[in-house]
Amino acid sequence: MNKLNLIVLIFLISCVMAYIFFGNNANDINNPQNTQNESLAMKGSDTEVQLVSNLAEAFTVKNSNADISVTGGGSGVGIAALINGEIDLANSSRAMKQDEISQSANRGLDVQEFILAIDGLTVITHSENPINQLSIDQLGKIYKGEIKNWKEVGGNDTPIVLYGRQSTSGTYNFFRDSVVNSDYSSEMKTMEGNQAIVEAVKQDTNGIGYVGVGYAKNDKGEPRQDIKIILLHGVGEPPVSPLDELAVKDGRYPIARPIFQYIPRLPLKNSILERYLQFEASNEGQIIIENAGFYSLNDEYRNKNQQLFNKIK
Amino acid sequence: MTNIAIKINNCSIRSNKVNSNHSSINISENLPKWAFGFMATLTVVILFGIFIFLLISGLGTFREIGLGEFFLGTDWNPTAFNAPSWGILSLVAGTVMISLLAISIAIPFGLSIAIYLSEIASPKTREILKPLVEMIASIPSVVLGFLGLLFVAPLIAGIFHLTNGLNALTASILVAIAALPTIASICEDALSNVNQRFREASLALGATKWTTIKRIVIPAASSGLIAACMLGLGRVIGETMIVLMVAGNNRAFPHSFLDAVNPMTANVAIEIKEVVVGSLHWQSLFMIGFVLFMMTFVINFIADLLIYKKSL
Repeated sequence: MNKLNLIVLIFLISCVMAYIFFGNNANDINNPQNTQNESLAMKGSDTEVQLVSNLAEAFTVKNSNADISVTGGGSGVGIAALINGEIDLANSSRAMKQDEISQSANRGLDVQEFILAIDGLTVITHSENPINQLSIDQLGKIYKGEIKNWKEVGGNDTPIVLYGRQSTSGTYNFFRDSVVNSDYSSEMKTMEGNQAIVEAVKQDTNGIGYVGVGYAKNDKGEPRQDIKIILLHGVGEPPVSPLDELAVKDGRYPIARPIFQYIPRLPLKNSILERYLQFEASNEGQIIIENAGFYSLNDEYRNKNQQLFNKIK
Repeated sequence: MTNIAIKINNCSIRSNKVNSNHSSINISENLPKWAFGFMATLTVVILFGIFIFLLISGLGTFREIGLGEFFLGTDWNPTAFNAPSWGILSLVAGTVMISLLAISIAIPFGLSIAIYLSEIASPKTREILKPLVEMIASIPSVVLGFLGLLFVAPLIAGIFHLTNGLNALTASILVAIAALPTIASICEDALSNVNQRFREASLALGATKWTTIKRIVIPAASSGLIAACMLGLGRVIGETMIVLMVAGNNRAFPHSFLDAVNPMTANVAIEIKEVVVGSLHWQSLFMIGFVLFMMTFVINFIADLLIYKKSL
């Protein structure tokens, strides 16, 4: 065998190997999930990961044969995994986008939405920043990069350092679509998670960041002292704190939002998934949600969840 | 040229001999030969396999994105609010900046450590020190990244009067630490392998120790030293976790080492988690992986050429 033949042979074997990798990938996607067993795999929102872990832990105490795994990574990660058929439930701090819903329909999924809790997305700065409140318009301009100095919103004459989440984050998408209404400034530093933003803003005297309200509170559910929580207001409205439960629940806080869980299809009656969702919606579940620093559901969202449960037969 | 031709002739004569012998030797001799041959071939197959896999997965990118936009665009924002943009130039700039700065920090340190260990230190000191240097390699890069966040970033911020230290300089320093044991250890091996007679001859001619190191030992070991630096560079370019944690990762094109950067590795690591398999975004991330692979491939190729040239 001469050299040329050998090279051709190696090339052909490589092609076959590459093809095998591809073939396997395609099969994995089409494999239907087995949701009958007593295990649940959840993935997604970093904002929800601590809360959902607490809920899953409490659920496991009552259902000792349940095996639940909760991982973070970001809402986009969870939704992609849901579409790729890798998990039973996706945590998402934003609603699914239209193209994601159609992608999952193309793959034979009938995705259902469950509302987990209410979050008052919280804007934080360094504890020594003299700014106490911002309008939604100012906040949008800051993150767009149009306002670059704290002086322009009544603070010190220092540049603003933007901290935000990675594009995998649901909070990144929610904040962009409801506050920035444009692309983020390209100067925004992207951080791995809510906790990383808190740590960065805590140290940076010029920093500003956004996190789920649960992350602006300490273990005991009290507001953290080492960062400052900024009051927000819409046009001509009084400033509101995300710590004001009533204002967040009735929507007076401008960036209150429901946070979601998505499941690939309607669960069977009494399956672990159905029992788990019922547990989250129960009073016991809602107390755990309050203890984690988030807010329990209002009547509108309760009714929506009830409609989902009514469909399960 | 004639030299090479003679060499090749020698080789072919030798391999003919081996072949004629083998026809009469039993299986126990042949089996290891085939097993080792299979392993060696497998390495090549894996290399080609990865190359082709990346290329096939990534090529779909150019059905929808122009070559110019992809390679010359400076904004990478596939999940944009308005129109998505697909330019990898700022990512490439991030990788190149961190790699060059990190390697130019790591090489002087690595080489100094190697020269000290090989030429100056007593055998006893060397026995203790060399494993210690190599032990830096056992620090997981996530731990280095974490230490960077806690200590190096605030230090850099303090020195340059910034409010935060998440930038290319901080990342480069940490990546240099990660690459240091590779460079120091392989440089030390290369220097130690220089024949002792060279040193003795140099000293006998009246050269000082420093002149001997400078004029005799380093030139004699140069191919090994270059190989060490190239391996270090490969480690630096591929480093992901550290740059993910301390480089700041913003979208803007970097203009100085105090700007936050978003290197290719970190960008792929962040975004590969959220993409739907087979989508345009997925394909474009594989294309970035392919470009990264080609960068390290070309560096290793040049290193091999240099080493080959020196050994002739």
